[in-house]
Amino acid sequence: MQGAPDATPIIQARRLFKRYAGRTGASVTALENVDFDIRDGEFICVVGPSGCGKSTLLKIVAGLLSFSSGEVSRSGKPLSGPGADVGVVFQSPVLLPWRTILDNVLLPIEFRNLKMSEYRQRALELLDLVGLRGFEERFPHELSGGMQQRAGIVRALVQDPRILLMDEPFGALDAMTREQMNVELLRIWSSNRKTVLFVTHSIAESVFLADRVFVMTPRPGRIAEIIDIDLPRPRDLSIINTERFGTYATRIRSLLQSKGDLS
Amino acid sequence: MSAPVEDRDARPPSLIRRRPELILSPIVLVGLIVLWDVLTRRMGVPVFILPPPMDVWLSLVAGLSVSPFNAGGFLYHTAITMWEALLGFLIGSSVGIMLGFLIAYSRLFEKLALPYIVGFQSLPKVALAPLFVIWFGFGIEGKVMITSVITFFPLLVNSIAGYHSVDPDRIDLARSCNASDFQILRKIILPSALPFLFAGLNVASVLAILGAIVGEFVGARSGLGVLLMQYNQAMQIAPMFAILLILGVVGYVSNVAIRLLERRFCFWAQRGSHFTDGQG
Repeated sequence: MQGAPDATPIIQARRLFKRYAGRTGASVTALENVDFDIRDGEFICVVGPSGCGKSTLLKIVAGLLSFSSGEVSRSGKPLSGPGADVGVVFQSPVLLPWRTILDNVLLPIEFRNLKMSEYRQRALELLDLVGLRGFEERFPHELSGGMQQRAGIVRALVQDPRILLMDEPFGALDAMTREQMNVELLRIWSSNRKTVLFVTHSIAESVFLADRVFVMTPRPGRIAEIIDIDLPRPRDLSIINTERFGTYATRIRSLLQSKGDLS
Repeated sequence: MSAPVEDRDARPPSLIRRRPELILSPIVLVGLIVLWDVLTRRMGVPVFILPPPMDVWLSLVAGLSVSPFNAGGFLYHTAITMWEALLGFLIGSSVGIMLGFLIAYSRLFEKLALPYIVGFQSLPKVALAPLFVIWFGFGIEGKVMITSVITFFPLLVNSIAGYHSVDPDRIDLARSCNASDFQILRKIILPSALPFLFAGLNVASVLAILGAIVGEFVGARSGLGVLLMQYNQAMQIAPMFAILLILGVVGYVSNVAIRLLERRFCFWAQRGSHFTDGQG
């Protein structure tokens, strides 16, 4: 791939395999020979149909799931479980309903036994950044789905990790909220330039957000192709109607159709 | 011309419309007491089967007006029975929760312990009461034990179900923050399982009083169960009714207490996250 040869990748996978023991004894291959480099500050989308192993890949990088063979490194070190260099955003907001928004956002600090007073200010600033000022003492059920997911993003960012892993974070939102969240995510990303690994099954979402799109096909799960999205930034929603956007989307769709469900 | 039609829907509904039970329940109560009085005093139902309501009331007042430190009154025995029930409830439910979590956490422990627990559960626990009298004597220990054994099971079952009900994403979230197993238990699993635990505590609070009374029937020096047996043997039916009334009140109060605790600690469980207008 392209990129400065001197920059060591922040996430790297080599010949990565993940097999599950099936019920009948035959093993199921969730990931087959996955190979990639992600540079610091890149926005990567992983797109593919359900069952292509994209969530498995994200969980492995997060350190939440073991892998069968191959090598994975994160922040220059071989992978060894979860760490403060990564923030994870889940498909549902996963806010604890008995905690206020602020207490939810500070949960990683509490679990890592860090000083709450040092991170409180940062948490409030981040809540302000995503438009949740004034909601810090509210409980999750008092917020809309989109607001809850923003709180989930703030929680992932509160410790200032270098890497943000997002597992279909806007999949449960309605289409209009989702577009708005995508625009906001790019705004947040441009203001602090995390490395983002974003899993989605929406082709349009992946083209809109990413520097590069990993197109994954199922059975066995593998990266069919890595596509550079050469669209200018900052991007807004009008870019969706441009010809180049359409070309990228068509390209990804045809890849998914030729190697996806039909094989 | 005609007067404007009164819009009945526009007025706030009257209290009788909104809460008809506030009026109807007392009417039913008065009706039942009158029927009871008629049956006993006019239609000649014998006193040893059904004492007149006034007799029951008088023996209730007489029993309650004795000092709580005097074993001749109701308050003393009520306190003993409630103390036994409370102690047994606390021991039985906390052991039930701990064992339930252990079983849910460890496959090995589940395989090891569950067959014995299921076998023990099918045994009617009150049948152990005579044995406990021999082991622990006529003091409160045996009554606390039988109450513990009875309240143990609803919490065991509910804590296993509660543990398994925890959203796996919550555990993943905690693990992604390098949470320790103990932190996960204390800050994720225990609060997530709380609605299940309260369902178990609700059942156990009723069973606790049952256990204490049955224990006292079988062998004890004091408590409302002992008093019931004594009045039964003396064929004094009115004070028996009075004690049953007290037991009803005790049961009701303990149930309300549990529900207040539930509202305090599970305030978030009644309403789900139904806020889905998608407004960003």
